[in-house]
Amino acid sequence: MKIIVLMKQVANKDAVLRIAGDEKWINETDVAQQTNESDGYALEEALRTVEAKGGGEVVVCTLGPQSAKTVIKDALARGANRAIHVVVDDAKSLSAYQIAKAIADAIREENADLVFTGLQSDDASYGQTGVILAELLGIPHATIVIEVDRESLGDTLRVKRELESGWYQWFTYTLPSLLTIQSGISQIRYASLKGIMAAKSKEVREVTPTIESFASAAQIQKVYMPLKTKQTQMLGNGDAKAGAVELVEKLKTEVRAI
Amino acid sequence: MILVFIEHKDCVLNKTSLEAIAAAQAIGKDLGLGVTAVLPCDKDCSLAQDIAGYNLEKVIVAKNEKLGTYTPDGYADAWEHVIKATDPQYIVMSHTYQVRDFAPKVAARLGREVVGDCIRYKAEGGKLMLTRRIFLGKLDADVTIGGDAPYFVTFQSGAFRGDSAEKGSAAVETMGVTVGDIRMTAEAPFQEAKATVDLTKSDIIVAVGRGIKSQENIALAQQLADVLGADLAASRPICDSEWLPIDRQIGSSGQTVAPKVYIALGISGAIQHIVGMKNAGTIVAINKDSEAPIFDIADYGIVGDLFDAVPVLIEEVKKAKG
Ligand SMILES: Cc1cc2nc3c(=O)[nH]c(=O)nc-3n(C[C@H](O)[C@H](O)[C@H](O)COP(=O)(O)OP(=O)(O)OC[C@H]3O[C@@H](n4cnc5c(N)ncnc54)[C@H](O)[C@@H]3O)c2cc1C
Repeated sequence: MKIIVLMKQVANKDAVLRIAGDEKWINETDVAQQTNESDGYALEEALRTVEAKGGGEVVVCTLGPQSAKTVIKDALARGANRAIHVVVDDAKSLSAYQIAKAIADAIREENADLVFTGLQSDDASYGQTGVILAELLGIPHATIVIEVDRESLGDTLRVKRELESGWYQWFTYTLPSLLTIQSGISQIRYASLKGIMAAKSKEVREVTPTIESFASAAQIQKVYMPLKTKQTQMLGNGDAKAGAVELVEKLKTEVRAI
Repeated sequence: MILVFIEHKDCVLNKTSLEAIAAAQAIGKDLGLGVTAVLPCDKDCSLAQDIAGYNLEKVIVAKNEKLGTYTPDGYADAWEHVIKATDPQYIVMSHTYQVRDFAPKVAARLGREVVGDCIRYKAEGGKLMLTRRIFLGKLDADVTIGGDAPYFVTFQSGAFRGDSAEKGSAAVETMGVTVGDIRMTAEAPFQEAKATVDLTKSDIIVAVGRGIKSQENIALAQQLADVLGADLAASRPICDSEWLPIDRQIGSSGQTVAPKVYIALGISGAIQHIVGMKNAGTIVAINKDSEAPIFDIADYGIVGDLFDAVPVLIEEVKKAKG
């Protein structure tokens, strides 16, 4: 059983974002980075699946600049066996299709049984990389997977997809296949000290992709702060306690909810 | 021509498709293109007649026995067939979970990608400039699509109003489509557990997000809910962590509510949360990040630590109620 897990480095959730000078992205200098949230869950699910199977290999794959090695190190420390780093300095200049194509070229020969990805990245949020990758690899896919029936794993695999408004649906897939994993599918383990030490000697293969131009790419023309749709009354002027006092007054006199 | 996707389950319409019709009609007017609806089904879909009641050039039922239940393989093949047969300029869909599942596959097969989850558009020089949210709703990006048609565009739920889709009368046409091997089998959709709390009837909701930090702190939010006579709800990560049961989750995967007052404590305002509560009468946001997207839709905002604000709120509400 070989599972490849795609993981991406993205800006930290709580980072203060500044728009870049050319207004086409954020200014990435000094922005703290982290592993994309749902990718962490994809790794956890892959590790659990291989463990349940009693053997196999989890290979983590990331596309990004050298700084993305942090994502790889962390994944190896949690238990991934080895890594493939598709080195692209300016990953933000690639469209979803180009990213998927570069990854497809890098992992095709691995002939993995399963490919897991997070369901979308928390930066560009294309939500397409996994689906395009599956199409390019010629394997079936399922998105927004919220449970993997590990017992069922053989030539096929049964997975639960999340639908809208609290509905779910089970599907059975022939292998190989690709799953995009939803956040919250399980509790993510911490890296152990032993894991962190072991990670140091694990293989990290660097791949330099040939990126072909892609005429149909979506191109960002301008990035800006969202336009406000509502007139918000800000209360307390930065003092939360004063704000609370004002709020109760408003709820009483303007909203009449108290 | 613009193709618009009509999503349904057992010939029962998914109402967000009406928003897609409204979007496609608007784009059609701006670019001088007619709109045709596409409805994949395994039979002469009974929904087709209802859709024909909108201002469309045509309704195409893309028919194949393998399209009775949704599968990404089946839908991708059906769409590929329809697109090749009709040669559209644009393909417009609502950004539902089902569309997320198959649209990028169809696009990739045709050497395209999807401009997904757009919130609005502008027509400039015969082309579209699309706006989508990035960085978890903190920023907007205006985006153009390169290359030749067809162009794939999906719109976020709520970006257009379904009830503004123009009525009319269209012809229904059945198109037999080729569908190859389906590499997945679907079981029947189901709901996990009957929701024991129905938050749709609540007058006031106090909702907690990841800013509440730990399970122990839920009690503080509960106290506020108690003094207000409110129900407690949560964002997804709180229910994922099982700090509150899943039937208290608000958002696209949880409940959709419209109380008189919605108080969001430590919730950032991701779109998947907002779709579940944006129609509340009055929205209050307490968040220590002044740039959190939740403030974009709030009527009242407090920038600061919820652990400072909430105890004071509880005391003041008690006083106010005497
Ligand atoms: C397909 C899909 C479906 C989804 N369905 C849902 C859904 O149904 N419902 C849902 O809610 N989400 C859903 N999500 C997840 C959604 O995208 C967000 O990840 C989630 O809503 C974030 O929850 P949050 O706001 O609680 O956490 P975060 O985004 O982490 O925000 C926490 C906020 O708390 C603030 N904060 C921290 N500490 C304090 C403090 N002491 N005082 C005040 N403020 C503080 C921070 O500034 C931050 O804004 C879905 C996602 C996907 C991709």
